[in-house]
Amino acid sequence: MDVMAVLSAPSASRAAKPRTSASKRVQNRAAYLFVTPFFIALIALVLLPLGYSAYLSLYREQIVGGVSFVGLENYITAFSDPKFLEGLGRVTTILLVQVPIMLALSLLFALIIDSDRLRASKFFRLAIFVPYAVPSVIATLMWGYLYGGEYGPIAQLGATLGLPTPDLLSQEWMLTSIMNIITWEFVGYNMIILYASLRTLPTEVFEAARMDGAGAFRVAWSIKIPAIRPALLLTLIFSIIGTFQVFNEPSLMYKIAPNVIGASYTPNLYAYNLAFVNQQVNYAAALAFFLGIVIMVVSFTVQNTIERRNQKAMG
Amino acid sequence: MTSTLNPTRSSSAAKKPAHGNRAVPPRKSAITPRKSGLLTALMVCVAAYFLLPLIWLAFAATKSDTGLFTSFGFAFASDGFKLFDNIASVFAYQDGVFLKWLGNTALYAGVGAIGATLLATAAGYAFAKYEFPGRKALFSVLLGSIMVPLTALAVPTYLLFSGMQLTNTMWAVILPSIISPFGAYLMRVYAADAVDTSLMESARIDGAGELRIFWQIGLRLLAPGIVTVFLFAVVATWNNYFLPLIMLNNGDLFPLTVGLAQWQATSTSGGGGGGGAMFSMVITGSFVSIIPLIFLFLYLQRYWQSGLAAGSVKG
Repeated sequence: MDVMAVLSAPSASRAAKPRTSASKRVQNRAAYLFVTPFFIALIALVLLPLGYSAYLSLYREQIVGGVSFVGLENYITAFSDPKFLEGLGRVTTILLVQVPIMLALSLLFALIIDSDRLRASKFFRLAIFVPYAVPSVIATLMWGYLYGGEYGPIAQLGATLGLPTPDLLSQEWMLTSIMNIITWEFVGYNMIILYASLRTLPTEVFEAARMDGAGAFRVAWSIKIPAIRPALLLTLIFSIIGTFQVFNEPSLMYKIAPNVIGASYTPNLYAYNLAFVNQQVNYAAALAFFLGIVIMVVSFTVQNTIERRNQKAMG
Repeated sequence: MTSTLNPTRSSSAAKKPAHGNRAVPPRKSAITPRKSGLLTALMVCVAAYFLLPLIWLAFAATKSDTGLFTSFGFAFASDGFKLFDNIASVFAYQDGVFLKWLGNTALYAGVGAIGATLLATAAGYAFAKYEFPGRKALFSVLLGSIMVPLTALAVPTYLLFSGMQLTNTMWAVILPSIISPFGAYLMRVYAADAVDTSLMESARIDGAGELRIFWQIGLRLLAPGIVTVFLFAVVATWNNYFLPLIMLNNGDLFPLTVGLAQWQATSTSGGGGGGGAMFSMVITGSFVSIIPLIFLFLYLQRYWQSGLAAGSVKG
C-alpha cells in the first residue's frame, strides 16, 4: 500500500480486467453515467463560479460610466490594501499558532485513546468529538457568553477566587479567544481522523517493539506517528484550507463586540462586507480569488514538501 | 473475521461494519497494557474542557434573564427552573419562527446531504470500479476541486443565482450543498476495498446489468461509507452560515444559524425595547438546536467511524 500520497490517485490495481470490447463499451457507458451527475454539478457549482470570479476580478465599478476593464489593477490594489493585509496577517497568525496546537492536541489525544491504557476510552473519544456537531455559529455565541464579563463563568470564577480576569473580548485578547473557539470546535474532528487511522495499523509491529523493551512513548513516536503520516497530512491540508477562510467566528464576534472586530478582521469577512455591504463586487471577487490562489499555493507547497521529505526518509 | 471479539480491543471490533469485509483485520493483542490512572485523570481534565461549555449552556437554558445575571454558571438559579418556560417562549416568539428555522435547517441539510451523497457515491464507485477513458483526468479535476475554497465561490455564485432569480429561495442553499468533492474522494477510496470486483464479474456472467449491480450489490457493500459521507454532508449544511447569510434575506427561509445570529444581534444592540429579554432566548434556542445533530452522531457512530477509518488511511 502506498501510504505516501494523500490526495493523489490511488493505484488502479483492482479495476476491471480487460474484457471483450462489447461488454467493455457497456461498462464504459455505465461509468460515464455514474460520474456525469457529479461532474455536471461540479461544473455548474464550482468551475463556472470560479471562472466567473476570475472574470469579475478584472473589472472595476467606476463612479461614473459603470464597469470597465482594469486588468490586474484590483490585485495590485489588494497588495497595498492595509485592511486586506492585516486580515491576511491575522489568519497567518492562526495558521502558525492555532493549527499546530490543535493538531498536536488531536494527535496526542488520538494516541492516548488508542494506547489501551485509558479507562472508559469510548467516553473520552465521544466527549472530545461532540463539539464538532455544534454549529460554529452556536459555538461562537456560547463562548461569547462564557468570555463575557457580566455573567460569564470565567469572570465569575475569577471574582470568587479574587483573581483578576482579563477582558477576553478586548482588542488584546480577541484573537486568542477566537483561536480557542476554533480549537474547541475542531480538535475532536481531527482526532477522530487520526484515531481511525491508528486503529487500522497492524499490532504485530508494536508488540514486537514492546517485547524488545520499547516504551509506549517510543512506540508512538517511532512507529505509530510515522505510520499515520498520510492522515496527519490530510488534517493539515484541511486545516490550512479552513484557516484562510475563517468567517463565522469573527462575524459572530462582531455582533458581540463590534468595536473590537472591524469589518475586515479576516480576509473573508472583508470580502463579504465589500461585496454585500459596500457593493464593491469586483474588488471583493479579486480578494476572494486571490485568497483562493494563496490557499492552493500553500496547500500544494506543504503537501509537496512533506512528500518529498518522506521519500527522502524512505530512501 | 470480526466475529472473534477480542476483549482488549472490543472498541475496535465494535466499529467495524457488520458484514466485516473490510481489508482491516481487528487487532489481536497478546498484551493487555495496564490501565493508567494518571492518564485517565489527565483525560478527565481534557474532557472537562470540551464538555463544560455545553454543560454551562444546559444550565443557562434553565434560567430567566435575571437568573442568568444573578446565579453561578454551573448552578441553577434561585428564581426557579425556567427551561420549559424558555423553550415555550423560543417556539412562540414571532409566531413560531424558530420552528420554521428548525424545519428549514432539517430540509436544507437533509435534501442537500442526500443529493451530495448520491452524486458522490455514484462517482466514487465508478472511479474505483471502472477503467474508462478519461478516468485519470477527471479524477484530477475532482482532487483539484477539493482545494477550491468556498470563499472564492460565494460572490460569483450569488451573482449567478441572482441572475437566475434563485436567490432568496431554498434552492440557493440546497444546490451549492449537493457538491462534495471530498465525499466523492472518500467513496472512491472506500469502494476500492469494500466492493469485490469478482462479485461484480459473477453478477455480469449471471446477466445483471451495470445499474443493477450498482443498485443491488454496490450500495449494500458501501453502506458504512455512504453513512459517513451523508453525516458529514449533513453537518456541513446544518452548520453552514456563510452561504444562507448571503443568499437569503427573507426571515421565513432562514436556517437556525442565521436566525439565531439575528436574535443575538438584536439582543446585544438592545434596541427596539426589551432587547435584553433576548439573552435567554438565544441561549435556549442554541441549546435546542444542537441536540438533533449530537443524537444523530451518537446513533450512527458505528457506521461513520468505520467509514472514516477506511477513508483516512488509504490514498
